[in-house]
Order: sequence, then C-alpha cells, then structure tokens
Amino acid sequence: MKYIDEYRDSAIARKLLDEIHRITTRPWALMEVCGGQTHTLVKQGIDEALPAGVRMIHGPGCPVCVTPLEQIDKALAIAARPDVIFTSYGDMLRVPGSTTDLLALKARGADVRIVYSPLDAVRIAAANPERQVVFFAIGFETTAPANAMAVSQAARLGLDNFTVLVSHVLVPPAMCAILDSPSNQVQAFLAAGHVCAVMGWTEYEPISARYHVPIVVTGFEPLDLLEGILMAIRQLESGRAEVENQYVRAVRREGNRAAQDAVFRVFEIGDRKWRGIGMIPSSGYHLRPEFARFDAEARFDVGTIHTAEHPACIAGEILQGTKTPLDCAAYGTLCSPQKPLGAPMVSAEGVCSAYHAAGRGLAAPYTLPLYELTRSDR
Amino acid sequence: MCLGIPGKVVEIRDDGPMRMATVDYGGARKEACLAYVPEVGLGDYVIVHVGFAISQLDEEEALRTLELLRMMDEEGLAMELGDAPAAVTPSAGAA
Repeated sequence: MKYIDEYRDSAIARKLLDEIHRITTRPWALMEVCGGQTHTLVKQGIDEALPAGVRMIHGPGCPVCVTPLEQIDKALAIAARPDVIFTSYGDMLRVPGSTTDLLALKARGADVRIVYSPLDAVRIAAANPERQVVFFAIGFETTAPANAMAVSQAARLGLDNFTVLVSHVLVPPAMCAILDSPSNQVQAFLAAGHVCAVMGWTEYEPISARYHVPIVVTGFEPLDLLEGILMAIRQLESGRAEVENQYVRAVRREGNRAAQDAVFRVFEIGDRKWRGIGMIPSSGYHLRPEFARFDAEARFDVGTIHTAEHPACIAGEILQGTKTPLDCAAYGTLCSPQKPLGAPMVSAEGVCSAYHAAGRGLAAPYTLPLYELTRSDR
Repeated sequence: MCLGIPGKVVEIRDDGPMRMATVDYGGARKEACLAYVPEVGLGDYVIVHVGFAISQLDEEEALRTLELLRMMDEEGLAMELGDAPAAVTPSAGAA
C-alpha cells in the first residue's frame, strides 16, 4: 500500500539503526507519546535494537487507557437505562469499569452499539427519535474534530435526543506534567504525528524552550520512528532542544485550521482527570455553554459514583512511564487481552497489549500453533 | 483511535452540507468525511481518523524524505559500516 510499504523498508531501517548507533555516545531516555507508536516499536523490536542505554519510555497517549474510571462508570450507568442507545468507538467496550464493562452490559440486554464515526451516532439519533442516543466522546486531539462535528451536526438537525459523554484529553499538558514530575526521566519526546496533523506544533515550541527538551513530531511506521529517534538523539548529543518535524508528509506547522476552528466552536479547554495519573489542569475539552444541551452528564442523573480500580493493576505507573508491564505481577497471568484488569491491556494503543501481542515476558508463546495443541505425543 | 492510516480518495459526493468520500485502503473501502480537507480531490491520499480525513499526504515531501533516506550511504551522512555495536539485532526495523 502506498505511503505504508515504503516506510517498512528493512534496508533503510538498517541504515537508520546503524546511524543511531554511530552517533550515540551516552545513555538517553526518550518518550514516544502515542500508543500507536508504542505498538510499532514493540512489534518491530525497535526499542530492543537501540544502543545500550538508550531507552524508550512509553507515553500516556492511549485515549482508552486514560479515560477516567468515573467516566466509564457513568457510561455504564447511562448505557444500562432502557430508554438509551449507547454508542461508542469499539475499543471502549471491553475497558473495565469498577464492576463491569460495556460489552458485558450489552450481553445482558443493554442497547450498546459500536460506531466507526460519531456521525453514525447522529444518524442513529435521527432514525430513533423516541430513544435517547448517547455517544461516548473520548480521545485526544485526533478525535476531537470528528466529535465536534457530531455535536454541530446534531445542533443543525435540531436533534433533542442526542447527547455526548465527553472525556477529551490533550497531549501538551500531559507532556508538561511528565516533565514537572520530580521522578521524570524523559529527555526528549517523539510527539504524536496525527495529533500534530490536527493541531500543528506551535504549542510544543514553548515546551521545548522552557524545559530545554527536544521534541520531534514523528509518524507511525518503522522508518518514521527510527528517523524520529535519530533526530531526537542528534539534538541530545549536540545539546540542542528544538521542535523538529520528521512526519513532513502529513504534518504542517500550523496543523489543520479548519479542524481546529470546528473543535473550538464546540469545545473549550478545562481541567481533566486522567485515569492512573490524576487531575491535570487545562488538559482536556468540555462542551461550550452554548452546547450544554448536548451534555449527557447534565441530561442523565447517574447518582453518586464510587470507583474501584483492581488492586493488582499498576496501569497508572505504566501510563506515567515509571514502570513497564514486565514490572506487573498480574501481567500475562491474572491480566490478559482475554481478561483485562486495566485499560492498557484492552486497547490497540495500550502498552500492556503491545507487550502481550509481542510475547514479551510471557513464559510461553501466547498463541500456540494448532498442531502444537493437537499433537498426541506431547 | 490515533491509529489513522493513509487511504486513496476514490469517490466524492455531497451528503447535505457534508462533503463525503469513499476511501480505499489497499482494497478495503470506507466512507470518510472531507469537511476538514476541502482541497482534497479524487486520487489524493488522506489520513482518516474515526471517519474524518484530518490531513492530505504531501507526495512531494514523501518522495523527498524517502530519497534522502535512501541516499544516506552515498551522502556519507551516516554510514561507517562495521562501526555499529554487536547489540544490533538483524530483525530490528524489518517489517
């Protein structure tokens, strides 16, 4: 496929890796922000092929993972109502709430529907005027333009049976929270390419200058990541701290203005709680007052929510980059993609699922070939 | 949700106020909204997130980057073969 295959060229990957080894003179700790990047790094073994002492710390950029437990419990309470059609992106369905998840609720008869685009949720609302249709509007800057358009479209259509349960988070405040932490080890960032495709990188320039930290806007294919790592280490080795763009084919400095305008017509910036991390000031989107009638939290009284994380899950420390899945006693035993205790084992962007899919730290290959399972002499 | 992949716009139509497209991802086709990339036309490549194209891929930039990477040897930018530590695994980066 164009724009994919050529960025998986193993000969060029080898050259980039050799160059990384050639220029590296000391240990460095880099953070890839986005969970999509984590999956490529782990699947391809790129993090393990870097020079000794160069460490990739996996960032919190997994939207499903950082959606706070309270919001998931609220989603479960709303989805359980008989008058509600609850719509969500597919990867939220198996994220554990305090007592259950959306998929289990659906199995017990709740009307929970997976949508590919939030516009599908608006269509469902238009087709079911007698039902309340709620969309779980979560994600980073990448999904905000789509979620904003859904609200705008519902307003245009005059739908009074459509609401959104908002849990939107933003990358730059999370990067600052990581850099402000006394236990921070991150010396350079690979910024999330698609977040920057929407927002551009101007908001990263003051962060790079203030903390003297290199930030390289990076794509998602193996060559993108290797080039991003090379660019970041070049900066570190020469003492520079700038924002650079590796992902030139998709990202412009100003980002996508039309998408940004649409987002800020519907949302405004406010404080947000992150699952496993806690409250980060000005780190998310909330509906603007003029769109308050589309706020599911205002429309449905869900009572008091008492949240309870599974005691064995260390997702918070993993999301903050201070631990890896291999430090977790439940990883691969109590917790697996089939029976996740925490969100990072569920999501296609979660660190735990990336490690598990690559078989890291598992005693035996996770999926045995069929002939192995059926051979009678074993 | 951040996992956008590039696809080719193979059909464009208006759905009320919304400009919609059919996008081909190496054989699999899905609908995408073009509201945020008004300049995109048939045959262009876009990155789609949750049903919305958020960026048009710049072919010139893409070709230039690949050319630079392929020229790393010739340019003497990078290579001092044999210099790399033994820890490098041959499988790394291969896709």
